[in-house]
Amino acid sequence: MATMTIARAINEGLRASLTNDPKTLLMGEDIGELGGVYRVTDGLKRDFGAMRVVDSPLAESGIIGTAIGLALRGYRPICEIQFDGFVFPGFNQITTQLAKLRTRSDGMLSAPVVIRIPYGGGIGSVEHHSESPEALFAHTAGLRIITPSNAQDAYWMIQQAVTCEDPVIVFEPKRRYWLKGEVDTSAPAGDPFSAQILRRGTDATIVAYGPLVPVALAAATAAEEDGRSVEVIDLRSISPIDFDTVTESVTRTGRLIVAHEAPTFGGIGGEIAARISERAFLSLEAPVIRVGGFHMPYPVARVEEQYLPDIDRILEALDRAFAY
Amino acid sequence: MNSSRLPAAEFEVEEVLRAAHAAEEGSRTEPDLDMLQVLAADGTMASGLAADIAGTTVDLGPYLAQDADHLRSLYRDMFLIRRFDQESTALQRQGQLALWVPLTGQEAAQIGSGRALQPQDYAFPTYREHGVALTRGVELSQILRLFRGVTNGGWDPRERNFHLYTLVLAAQSLHAVGYAMGLQRDQLADPSLPPAASIAYFGDGASSEGDIHESMVFAASFNAPVVFFCQNNQWAISVPSSVQTRVPLAQRAEGYGFPGIRVDGNDVVAVEAVTRWALEHARSGRGPVLIEAYTYRMSAHTTADDPTKYRLSRDEQEWQPRDPLARLEAHLRSAGTADDAFFEELAAEARTMASELREAVLSMTAPELAERFATVYAEPHPLVQEELRFFEQYEAGFAEEGKHA
Repeated sequence: MATMTIARAINEGLRASLTNDPKTLLMGEDIGELGGVYRVTDGLKRDFGAMRVVDSPLAESGIIGTAIGLALRGYRPICEIQFDGFVFPGFNQITTQLAKLRTRSDGMLSAPVVIRIPYGGGIGSVEHHSESPEALFAHTAGLRIITPSNAQDAYWMIQQAVTCEDPVIVFEPKRRYWLKGEVDTSAPAGDPFSAQILRRGTDATIVAYGPLVPVALAAATAAEEDGRSVEVIDLRSISPIDFDTVTESVTRTGRLIVAHEAPTFGGIGGEIAARISERAFLSLEAPVIRVGGFHMPYPVARVEEQYLPDIDRILEALDRAFAY
Repeated sequence: MNSSRLPAAEFEVEEVLRAAHAAEEGSRTEPDLDMLQVLAADGTMASGLAADIAGTTVDLGPYLAQDADHLRSLYRDMFLIRRFDQESTALQRQGQLALWVPLTGQEAAQIGSGRALQPQDYAFPTYREHGVALTRGVELSQILRLFRGVTNGGWDPRERNFHLYTLVLAAQSLHAVGYAMGLQRDQLADPSLPPAASIAYFGDGASSEGDIHESMVFAASFNAPVVFFCQNNQWAISVPSSVQTRVPLAQRAEGYGFPGIRVDGNDVVAVEAVTRWALEHARSGRGPVLIEAYTYRMSAHTTADDPTKYRLSRDEQEWQPRDPLARLEAHLRSAGTADDAFFEELAAEARTMASELREAVLSMTAPELAERFATVYAEPHPLVQEELRFFEQYEAGFAEEGKHA
C-alpha cells in the first residue's frame, strides 16, 4: 500500500504499462520533456525514451489518426489530449475512424487505442479548459469510456484501458488530480467497466462519477444528519454503464439521484433515468432526478461555483425525491 | 459573375459553363510545374528519366522498368481494371450496386504506383483505388461487396497489406503516417526486418482537408517512411482543383521540408519509376515524399454524379488523346512487342473476368443484422448483448406469428 495523488497513480499506472508491454507508447502535446501540463507523464520520457514517450506536433487529429495507424501495426498507443475542450479537432478521427474500425472490418481488426482526457471544471480556468464532453462520446458505438475518481482506480483503470482490445477514452477528473488515496499495487484489479457501491444506504441512491464522487459522498454524510440513509455509487464506467449495480441499488432504496458536471440535457443522467424507469419502475418512490450543468456553454470561472453541482444541489434534489 | 441570375433554362449548360470559365480564366489557372514523363501521349518512349529534386538532379533511370514483358503486364493490369470499372458501372446502372466510384482515366496512376510497392509495404487507399487493389492481389469482387451494401469493408487488409477503403476524406493519410511510425519502431527493434514503407492515397479535393496537413507535419517531424500519393484528377466532384490550390500540389511538399514531384499520371512507366524511387527513399530512412500524379477523371465522381452540369465536354475531349491505355498500346504496337493476338487474348480474359465478377456480385447475400452486433466491440459489452437478446426475441416473435397464420 502506498499513498499517492490521482495524478501520481496514473503516472505509476502508465509506467507499469510501458514496462509490461514494449508495444505501448505515449503520444501527446508537451508530455515528454515537460511531463504534461499536469505533470501526469512526469519522468516517463527520461526513463523510456523519445520513441516510447512522444512529444507530438500540436495537432489532435494528428495524434489520434497516427495512433490508429500505429495500432494497425500492432502498437498500443496511449494518447493524451491536453484539455477536454481541445479534443474536438480529433473528434472526426475518434468517431468516424477509431470507433468504427472494428465493425468496418467485420470484426477482423481492432483498435486498442487509449485516449486520456483531463476533464471537468472547478479549476478557475479560461474557456475550453473545464468541459465535460463525455456524453458526445458515449453516444458513439465502438468506444468505451471510463473515469476513475480515486487513486486506486486511477492506477488500475489506466492499465486495464491499455490491455483492452477496444478503444478506451479515460476521462480524468482534473480538479481531483491532487486528491490523495491509498493504492494497492499488488491487488488484482476488478472489472473497470463496473460500478462500485462506495457507501451503503437504504433510503436513496446517488450515482456520480469522476470529480463529483467526493461531492456525492459528502452529500450522503450531510443527509445522514437529516436521518436519511443514502447509498453512493461510483459509476466508474460511462460506456458501457453497469445498469445491474444501479438497478439492484434502486430496488432497495427506491430513490435515485444522478449527478454529473456535464449539462443534464442529453446527458448520461438522462440515459440512466430512462433505463432505471424501465428496469425498476415499480421500485421507484419518486422520479429519477438529475443534478448537472445547465444548458449553456461552460460559464466563466468567476461564476463556475454556482454552475457546478455541489453538496447543496444534491441535497436539494434529495429533498425533492423525498417530498414526492 | 452573376450567372445565377440568368434564366438558366434558356441557356445550354455548356454555354453557361464556357462563359463562366472564360470569365475566371487567368485568376484560376495553376502555374505550370515540370511534369515527369517517359511515355508520351503519342506512344513514344524516352529511355531515361531524371528529376529535379530540391535543386539536385536525380537520375531515376535505375528505377525505370521498360522491358517488353513488364510493359505488357502493366498494360494488362490497366486493361483489366478498366474493364472491371466498366462492368461495375453497368452493375450499378442495373441496380445491383448502390453506388460505383469510377476510375477511368486514372489507370496509369494506380497501376504504376501499385506495381512499385513491395509485399512488405502497406497501402492506405481512398475509395477509388481499385487499380491499386488489383496490383496488391485483392480479389476484385471483394471491393464490390462494399458497394453492394453487404459490408463496409470487404477484405482482410492484413493479407495483402491493402487497407480498407476510407470514405471520410484524408482520414487514412494519418493512418498511413502512424503505420509508418510503427514500421520505424519495428525496424529499430529488429533490424533484420526488410525495410518497409506505407503509401497514402488521396486526391486533389482531399488535399484541402486538415488531416493531409497534419499527416505531412507528423511525417516530416518523425521522418516517417511514408509516400503521399496524390492523384490530381482535376475535379473534387464538381469543383476544379484550382479552387483547392494556387500552386501545383507537389510544390506543397517544400513547405513541409520533404521532396515533392509532379509526374504525368497518365504515364504508367514514369509513375512506377517515380514511386519506386520515393518508396526506396522512405524505406531507407530518408523520410517522406509527396508525389502528385497529374491525371484526369474521365468519368463521373460517382455514378450519382453528372459531370455535364459543371464541366465542358471540350475538357474531356482534350484529355482523351492523353489516355493512359491508348499511349501504351501505341507504344507496344509500334515497338512490335505486342500484336493483335495479345490484345485479343487480353480482351477475352477481361470478358471472362467481367462475367465472373457479375456472377460473384449476384451471388452476394446480405448479412444478418444479428451478426453485426458481434462486430461493434472486440470484448463482451453488456449493452450490445442486451440489445441483441431483445432483437432476437423480437424477430422470433414474427416467426411465431408466421407459424400461427
